[in-house]
Amino acid sequence: MTTLQPLAAAVTSEPAAAHAATGITAYAWLLVALPALGAAVLLLGGRRTDKWGPLFAVAMSWSAFVVGFIVWIAMLGRDGESRAMHLDLYNWVPAGSFQLNAGMLVDQLSVTFVLLITFVGSLIHVYSLGYMEHDPDKRRFFAYLNLFVAAMLLLVLADSYLLLYVGWEGVGLASYLLIGFWNYNPAYATAANKAFVVNRVGDFGLSVAIMIMFAAFGTVTFAGVQEASGGAGSGVLTAIGLMLLLGACGKSAQFPLQSWLGDAMAGPTPVSALIHAATMVTAGVYLIVRSNFIFEGAPNAQLVVVIVGAITLLFGAIVGCAKDDIKKALAASTMSQIGYMMLAAGLGPVGYAFAIFHLVTHGFFKAGMFLGAGSVMHGMNDQVDMRRFGGLSGAMKITWATFGLGWLAILGVPPFSGFWSKDKIIEAAFIGEGWRPWVFGGAALIGAGITAFYMSRLFFMTFHGKKRWTDDVHPHESPLLMTVPMMVLAVGSALLGLVLSIGGTFSSWLEPVVGGHAEGEHPVLPVPVLITLTLLLVAGGVALAWLRYWRDSVPETAPTGSLLTRAARRDLYQDDVNEAVFMRPGIHLTRALVFADNRGIDGGVGGLAALIGGTSSRLRKLQNGFARSYALTMLAGVVAILGAVWVIQ
Amino acid sequence: MSNFPWLTVIGLIPLIGAIVVAALPASMADQAKKVALGFSLLTLVFGVAAALQFKTGSTQQFQLVEQHEWIPQFGVSYALGVDGLALVMILMALVLLPICILAAWDDVPEGGKREKNYFALTLVLATFMVGVFAATDVFLFYVFFEAMLIPVYFLIGSYGGPRRQYAAVKFLLFSLAGGLVMLIGVIALYKYGPGGADGFLVTKLTGLDLPVAAGRWIFLAFFIAFAVKAPMWPVHTWLPDAATEARPATAVLLVGVLDKVGTYGMIRFCLQLFPEASQWATPVVLALAVISIIYGALLAIGQTDVMRLIAYTSVSHFGFIVLGIFAFTTTGGAGSTLYMLNHGFTTAALFLVAAMLVARRGSKRIPDFGGWQRVTPGLAGVFLVAGLAGLALPGLSPFVSEIMVLVGTFQRYKLPAVIATTGIILAALYILLMYKRMMTGPKPQLDRPVRDITLREKIVVAPLIAAFLVFGFYPKPALDLLNPAVKATLQHVGVTDPAPTSVAEGSSK
Repeated sequence: MTTLQPLAAAVTSEPAAAHAATGITAYAWLLVALPALGAAVLLLGGRRTDKWGPLFAVAMSWSAFVVGFIVWIAMLGRDGESRAMHLDLYNWVPAGSFQLNAGMLVDQLSVTFVLLITFVGSLIHVYSLGYMEHDPDKRRFFAYLNLFVAAMLLLVLADSYLLLYVGWEGVGLASYLLIGFWNYNPAYATAANKAFVVNRVGDFGLSVAIMIMFAAFGTVTFAGVQEASGGAGSGVLTAIGLMLLLGACGKSAQFPLQSWLGDAMAGPTPVSALIHAATMVTAGVYLIVRSNFIFEGAPNAQLVVVIVGAITLLFGAIVGCAKDDIKKALAASTMSQIGYMMLAAGLGPVGYAFAIFHLVTHGFFKAGMFLGAGSVMHGMNDQVDMRRFGGLSGAMKITWATFGLGWLAILGVPPFSGFWSKDKIIEAAFIGEGWRPWVFGGAALIGAGITAFYMSRLFFMTFHGKKRWTDDVHPHESPLLMTVPMMVLAVGSALLGLVLSIGGTFSSWLEPVVGGHAEGEHPVLPVPVLITLTLLLVAGGVALAWLRYWRDSVPETAPTGSLLTRAARRDLYQDDVNEAVFMRPGIHLTRALVFADNRGIDGGVGGLAALIGGTSSRLRKLQNGFARSYALTMLAGVVAILGAVWVIQ
Repeated sequence: MSNFPWLTVIGLIPLIGAIVVAALPASMADQAKKVALGFSLLTLVFGVAAALQFKTGSTQQFQLVEQHEWIPQFGVSYALGVDGLALVMILMALVLLPICILAAWDDVPEGGKREKNYFALTLVLATFMVGVFAATDVFLFYVFFEAMLIPVYFLIGSYGGPRRQYAAVKFLLFSLAGGLVMLIGVIALYKYGPGGADGFLVTKLTGLDLPVAAGRWIFLAFFIAFAVKAPMWPVHTWLPDAATEARPATAVLLVGVLDKVGTYGMIRFCLQLFPEASQWATPVVLALAVISIIYGALLAIGQTDVMRLIAYTSVSHFGFIVLGIFAFTTTGGAGSTLYMLNHGFTTAALFLVAAMLVARRGSKRIPDFGGWQRVTPGLAGVFLVAGLAGLALPGLSPFVSEIMVLVGTFQRYKLPAVIATTGIILAALYILLMYKRMMTGPKPQLDRPVRDITLREKIVVAPLIAAFLVFGFYPKPALDLLNPAVKATLQHVGVTDPAPTSVAEGSSK
């Protein structure tokens, strides 16, 4: 099914800048095929693959990384203009006037994602070998991990919105399967459903966006839409932009579709790392950045993106301050960090590169911290309540050190990774005129301070202060299979930002795809002032956390807390709102309709049937089981009909 | 081979099979299902062979044509022929037939005459299914349309569940009522036609210069019959009863194939013969389609009987099909016709896998399950795949058809398309809630050990799942057959696709 047509075959659907794929890039489909093969073998092979299946899955994931790495090296060998390549695969949907080939767009943006997904994803695969060692369904787990990676790679490599959709929901499916992996616990099964359904609300947006694109432009390929969007009115582009944003909100857990993310912690911890760092939640940011040509012509949609990002980054940060469950606190932090990326993506060309930059560095430090949290749970009998942690730095030195580097990175302490990426977003948010830079820049700045507080709270409550362990735990460091991936990610958390920032490497790398930073745009406050302000707020947040969660003793049960704390513990009442507005009315509506359908609409017919009821018992006598009498009846019927018709004629 | 009566032969093989099965001596009664399976496979082989004779580039509307006088004084011919759509429908039916027979292997455990008749009736039904899609004479179509009811009536009424009588009579009443209305339309149409010995041929009745009022009345007569068959809201209530009381294999043929006659009829007869009336009725039909989508989905969410739930998902899915048909765009039409194919496999997988679970649990009530993923992991897996097809997961075949329906509808009717799109959220709810209630949770305590999926059951579901994946990633073979049929229909209606509304100057597409 993969007929490669390297040249000229489908010139119409190629973006102006993308050349037909040659060399290794013509094999980019292997990136998706390898992990998909892993999933298929493990799922279809059944128990026969129990022994070697997980290793096979790990191998498939790493081989995808190797392919991605070679594709990247090949891309580096070409100069900026000819780096993007297009791989036409086959004629996928020829439905009436809707003609679409499946193809892959291998450009700087997608390759960046490919490297992140396959590298971090593969590390998580390795870690899972240790983490899931004793799980009876280990094979199924690795099959789903492979499926996750395959779907995410399809998402970022697709050359059209429709093919992206396949990866988009594939990721949703994989997350559903993994969040509900231990679905013998009904709460976990509910969490999985919630994730899928909320994502489907987002998919509604993506579907409608595709519908508008085809009606307006007659095409749904990135290249085609990009070309046509130049001449489109802002009304159309705004509608598409808002619908794409709805899709992005679902996948990236942005306000108001954020509610699934916290519950998604039901999945085994490596899954959380995968969802939060390498796959899934980053997809929304990808979609917005990939659709930059839509948002260029739709400033209002852009503004909404920024607003959503700003709300979410504060929302997540506030919730993060109140959570005692280590994974839920990290989840809130992801929401908040993705909010930063969204905000940057909404700022336009000034922010696109930094959105992706932060996405990459975040991928490393957040994966590292989630794996660290998993390591802590591994050593603490799967407990997650930070109020029963404390003083773990002595018992789990590697976990403490690697987690610590992630913590410094997310705080944005120089020279660690987060500093280079997050600080740029804050600076970009302060660019503009009127009220916007002050509001959005202010939100980003305050968010940095709150982030410092809740992440330090998490770090101190877990690793420092007094031991508040329950009696039955004996914390121990995790095996190398788990700690080595954590160490690798910690190196990335420490250095990646610095390395990619030297000479603006990363920004100029992405420039051909997302456009360059226009000259002469400066933040409303001087950059050194912003950096100082940010660092001061961060220091304040850390100090406050130190006072309350390291120096002072932490109560083992949560105090009642202020009104805000209580609200934040309940995720600012997001579930209560959803239940009151959608769920309960929905339940009542379906119940009423079921009742009406059985009684009301069916009533008239039911009465008729009851009337026939008497007749039917007489009819039953006719059903004597003799085929010939049936045949006779049939014949009689046909004759009667024909006769009647003939008479009328 | 060009004069070989392919369609007649394909229709006759199952009929001969039925006679053979029914006539088996009592000593060989236990061979009935094997004979039936053999005949169904033979039919499929001939069906595939016939399909290979079909040329997608032909300028004729119908191919594999056969025509003989039947009742010349009344204009009725025995005329068969297929376009891409009819061919796809027949092939779908022929693929589902052996699958259903294999799935029904142990449906009549008491054996003997009763078992023979069961399989014989199923084969008879296949004959009528081929006939109804292959008929190119309106009267012949009507005869098959009504004749189909007879085997179904007995299959439900004699072999169904506890309320089989009620369900069978209800099914018959609805269908007969629709059929009688259509009969009036059929006769009236003839009077406006050119008459003659072959005056009932579809080709003769296409493009008539009907008086507006007459055209609309006759259109209504046809449409009502098809809406009952499809079934659309508010004439859908027979379906859940029939589907839950019928044997699963019967339910598959009923919902998967026979109901398609409704949407097939809308395309072949309503649109082709009454283009003016079809467009006149469009606003109402679109409204009914959208209501069907939402209503069917909401009702599915509220069901506690798994078979009824699946039946209501079909009400929703048929809403999508009708929506795409009455969007009058090539994309919407291609989406709808592809949906008709995909829905056959989806429904089959859902009904049959659910039935495998029901047989093990001894109950159709969803609350009687729970935690069955730990009991029958294999069945749970295929049930989930079937469910994902039901919610049109991208990558599986129903996605392509559903999104094409929506995209094609949106080109002309924005609001109905957007409202219909909310159906995808509801679909996630009805499928995943069902899966959660039946499959997840702690492992239940069962009185006796339960077997996971057997080899026979694997053979039943494997081709269906293969169809999901193949047509999900490569729907082209089916679309190549369907596109010309849709295009021809829209030419009869006389509409062309709306041009993209904002294309940049000078761009090619």
